Amino acid sequence: MSEETQAPAKKKRKIVLDERLQAYKGVWVFVEHERGHIHPVSLELLGEGRKLADSLGAELAGVVLSAPGDEAKEYCNTAFEYGADLCYLMQNEVLRDYRNDPFTRGLTELVNTYQPEILLLGATTQGRDLAGSVATTLKTGLTADCTGLEIDPENRSLLSTRPTFGGSLLCTIVTLNYRPQMATVRPRVMAMPEQQPGRSGRIIEHPLAMVETDIVTKVLEFIADDTRDKPQLPFADIIVAGGRGLGKPENFQLIWDLARVLGAEVGGSRPVVQAGWLELDRQVGQSGKTVRPKLYIAAGISGAIQHRVGMESADCIIAINNDPNAPIFDFAHYGIVGDAMTILPALTEAFRQKLATLKQAG
Amino acid sequence: MHSVVCIKQVPDSAQIRVHPVTNTIMRQGVPAIINPYDLFALEEALRLKDRFGGKVTVITMGPPQAETALRKALSFGADDAILITDKAFAGADTLATSYALAAALRKLNELTPVDLVFTGKQTIDGDTAQVGPGIAKRLELQLLTYVSRIVELDLDQRTIVVERRAEGGVQVLKSSTPCLITMLEGTNQMRFGTMPDMFRAARYELQQWDRTAAGIDDVTKIGLKGSPTIVSKVFTPTPRAKKAEMITVENGKPADLAVELIARITKSFPTVEKELAKRA
Repeated sequence: MSEETQAPAKKKRKIVLDERLQAYKGVWVFVEHERGHIHPVSLELLGEGRKLADSLGAELAGVVLSAPGDEAKEYCNTAFEYGADLCYLMQNEVLRDYRNDPFTRGLTELVNTYQPEILLLGATTQGRDLAGSVATTLKTGLTADCTGLEIDPENRSLLSTRPTFGGSLLCTIVTLNYRPQMATVRPRVMAMPEQQPGRSGRIIEHPLAMVETDIVTKVLEFIADDTRDKPQLPFADIIVAGGRGLGKPENFQLIWDLARVLGAEVGGSRPVVQAGWLELDRQVGQSGKTVRPKLYIAAGISGAIQHRVGMESADCIIAINNDPNAPIFDFAHYGIVGDAMTILPALTEAFRQKLATLKQAG
Repeated sequence: MHSVVCIKQVPDSAQIRVHPVTNTIMRQGVPAIINPYDLFALEEALRLKDRFGGKVTVITMGPPQAETALRKALSFGADDAILITDKAFAGADTLATSYALAAALRKLNELTPVDLVFTGKQTIDGDTAQVGPGIAKRLELQLLTYVSRIVELDLDQRTIVVERRAEGGVQVLKSSTPCLITMLEGTNQMRFGTMPDMFRAARYELQQWDRTAAGIDDVTKIGLKGSPTIVSKVFTPTPRAKKAEMITVENGKPADLAVELIARITKSFPTVEKELAKRA
């Protein structure tokens, strides 16, 4: 049982906040960092948080939990340049690596002290681990993997929209008489805001009264990923993706051929990943990666919402499908009805020639 | 040693269809399965039992039909199964769900002390990944999420070393038991059930716990009442104002279709042409 299996409330439930909760003000974004780098999702959330704060007439704050040092201030400065008015900064040696206990305790303490009405986190392995723990500790509502965040003009509450039923429909979730309203958003779902160099803000430091001996779980080692040959779909500019309509795994070669000519990444829908035609890191959609390429070519993909929410922000979407009624034609920019087996090789050849022409033109 | 695996019965989302006219979910005929992510948790618990002995208990909170999921888990080799079911649990969001499961686990721990609690990393219907962390916090268990490998387990010292998937790398963590582990997908492969286990699963006398049996007195913490979030509406996404521009050519030749398509893209999407030029 979860939010997904609930029926929507019959009547619109009126949200009346206790006086105690009316004191909760402002929008917070948890600024996630690992190995000295802010995760891009935090910057995307600052962009989104800025809009929410503006429509509430409230302030936007970044929340930085970090080991003491210069990089902590750097994280705050970056948050200002991406839209934060202020940053809550908690520095303690126990916050050097992400661990659930000290981060949960730190963030919970900040929330209880400064009382934000909205708290946003990235839906990353760190953000989800932390969000679930903090929401349970605070006994408040948390909505995962939102694809849209808005303020209800009637009562200033947060409307969190997310896919439901395995991505076949969307639902909007509200938090009742509880604060803060918490939500996570996956990387690349929200647009990256413009950086405003030199924009600054104020820092509020808050101590964390915790020492290493208070913490049970220890980090023995961090083994960084070898990213050289890992697919990087979320940041790819061109993606060629295939679906079940390709018929059999061997036919996926046509997708790889086109991708090679275009210097593109290869992606796929959930069914082909589940069938083992493609590795998990290449799955595009609600349960896979969210992508924002300039060009997305989808062959043999019907375009279920599950897939759509992961790629509809692409600048230009081309769909090839033999079913003229496939839902993907409702949101693609260009469509070709036909057999992907014959159209893909033709497209590969045509793009090869196009690139040759562009090269000649210099 | 005693491992408890929390599982959930979910509709096989790959087979869910939306009615083309009414835009409602067509549930009829959609098979219910064990949440696929939970199978990695169950298999890991079974492997530890193979190595260290002891037993594996599976629990689920859900309607009476969820019994099928528990029997399936028994057929894979789980020793005991408990169905936590009560009308009062209906409409629970993740906070209310973790409250009920934590209560049941507390009760279970009184009967046979629990060393490890396992969950899948998330479900395929809710996709929230919140219930595992929620249970851990409520029971004050160490929380180890996205575990890809259990490196070491020392039952005498009550220590555990795991590899955890983090952003940009793998954390090797040393912690203590009892703890809660959410298993990453693809880390193991569910075994085939043996004939004896399948027979045992079919005949097994399943325990059902209602809220009282699970030790829950406070009904304001469970079900709809205990849920801070509600679904205010369910809808289909608004179609893009413009449908796809369909590319056709008179002779229907793929080669001509391809050329026509590229001509139109480069005309309307200069950013795409720029991207192509970079690659020329």
